[in-house]
Amino acid sequence: MKRLMIKADHVSIHYKIGDFKNIGLKEYVMRKLTHQYYVENFMAVMDVSFELYEGDMLGIIGANGAGKSTLLKAVIGVMEPREGCIKRYGSVAALLELASGFDGDLTVKENTYLRGAMLGYTKAFMDQSYERILDFSELKDFEDRTFKQLSTGMQSRLAFSIASLVQPEILILDEVLSVGDTAFQEKSAAKMRELINGGASTILVSHSLNQIKELCNKVLWLHNGERIAFGETEKVCGQYEAFQTGKLSIEEARSSEFK
Amino acid sequence: MLKKLKQYQFLFCELVKRDFTKKYKRTVLGMGWSILSPLINLLIMWLIFGHFFESNVDHYVIYLFAGQMVFSCFTDATNLGMNSLVVNAEIFTKINVPKYLFLLSQNVSSLINFGLTLIIFFLFTAVDGIAITWKFFLLVYPVVCLIVFNVGIGLILSALFMFFRDMQYLWGIATQLIMWTSAIFYNIDGYSQAVQSLFLLNPIFLYIRYFRSIVIYGTIPTPQYHLLAAAYSLMALGIGAWIYRKYNHEFLYYV
Repeated sequence: MKRLMIKADHVSIHYKIGDFKNIGLKEYVMRKLTHQYYVENFMAVMDVSFELYEGDMLGIIGANGAGKSTLLKAVIGVMEPREGCIKRYGSVAALLELASGFDGDLTVKENTYLRGAMLGYTKAFMDQSYERILDFSELKDFEDRTFKQLSTGMQSRLAFSIASLVQPEILILDEVLSVGDTAFQEKSAAKMRELINGGASTILVSHSLNQIKELCNKVLWLHNGERIAFGETEKVCGQYEAFQTGKLSIEEARSSEFK
Repeated sequence: MLKKLKQYQFLFCELVKRDFTKKYKRTVLGMGWSILSPLINLLIMWLIFGHFFESNVDHYVIYLFAGQMVFSCFTDATNLGMNSLVVNAEIFTKINVPKYLFLLSQNVSSLINFGLTLIIFFLFTAVDGIAITWKFFLLVYPVVCLIVFNVGIGLILSALFMFFRDMQYLWGIATQLIMWTSAIFYNIDGYSQAVQSLFLLNPIFLYIRYFRSIVIYGTIPTPQYHLLAAAYSLMALGIGAWIYRKYNHEFLYYV
């Protein structure tokens, strides 16, 4: 029996929506008084269950707004499910929206260390890997530049190079496989495969069905926050394609899962 | 807790380094400025208020310095601390790290500042002819209280700032109020007993007075005074910790 790495049990995740951001206390009080303050709880993910076993590569597919990223955020613990629970049995590293979260005023070196620390690396590991990161990102000549002086491509190259050193038991990827120019893309895709083959269990969110088919052995299909199908890649991807071309309705897809 | 501390030690160090470099913008003057600015403040206050109070307060410069130093440590730490969640929103919405780390690292960089000012303060006391005795070691107590209080208020403010973006202005007003009621440059001995005890409601005043009674008068405050000082800081920390615990997963809705 393979080791269970993640178990999501009937998970529902709420999101607060409404015009409540960036308001001040004065405005809050005013709106409360005039009954114009409203906050809605939006169900971004509803009653979704899945399991991830050791060595699994799970792809999550679905249209924009299906709740994919929200689900990932709950898996890494940034968000908390309102109902149900997610159990993690191993160290988790997440690569979400790589290029953000860097500090423009710090140098490449400082940013590299900071990011490494955020990803949970140790100081010794960073000292040892720093040269490798620089080599891989091809930023050797820019080591002492501040981050904002780099081009966008360079920034994401650096981000990928730091992140790809992770050796977690559970790896979470959100649309990160395509950064930089063509040459770097190939390099990064190869690195990614190496990581995945390294035995980590992986969750991948991607809009590229080809990528999912190539890499994943299990697929979870979300639609408007609900689980439509979960299972073998071929079967679920087939259904998804049929749905996209209009040959299969959501109801049919959903009911077929329980047959 | 200890395990967590060890786990995040490297991240914490890196955050402190970042906050420190950003604060001083890599300039020599940046560092010097943070020492110079309280001194300039002190000079201005002494020029303005010296005439009025020098005659009835012993060691007025030290009296003023103690007040100014504690108060600016408080405002520095809380004003910087207030931003710590908002500024780091990009990080905590993507990586699961304890959110209080951001505040703590901000506080460390204001503490370094305070430490430097404190050294100058002791130089001033020596120059002013005050003998430095073993009692000075007791100053650790108000300093620790002040640090805990700063962290507590920082936690509360940074959470509130996440929800209400006008906190900056409201806190600006509040610090003004605290400044005027901390007896930084005046002496409250002339007031009636009832009014004097009202001042005890202000924790910052409490910490300032502890400094003064040790340094200038050489007297150790009463045990009740110690308890009150600790109670304020623990209360602030408790409330702050409670807010962080309760809203830990809510902050990201407000980004």
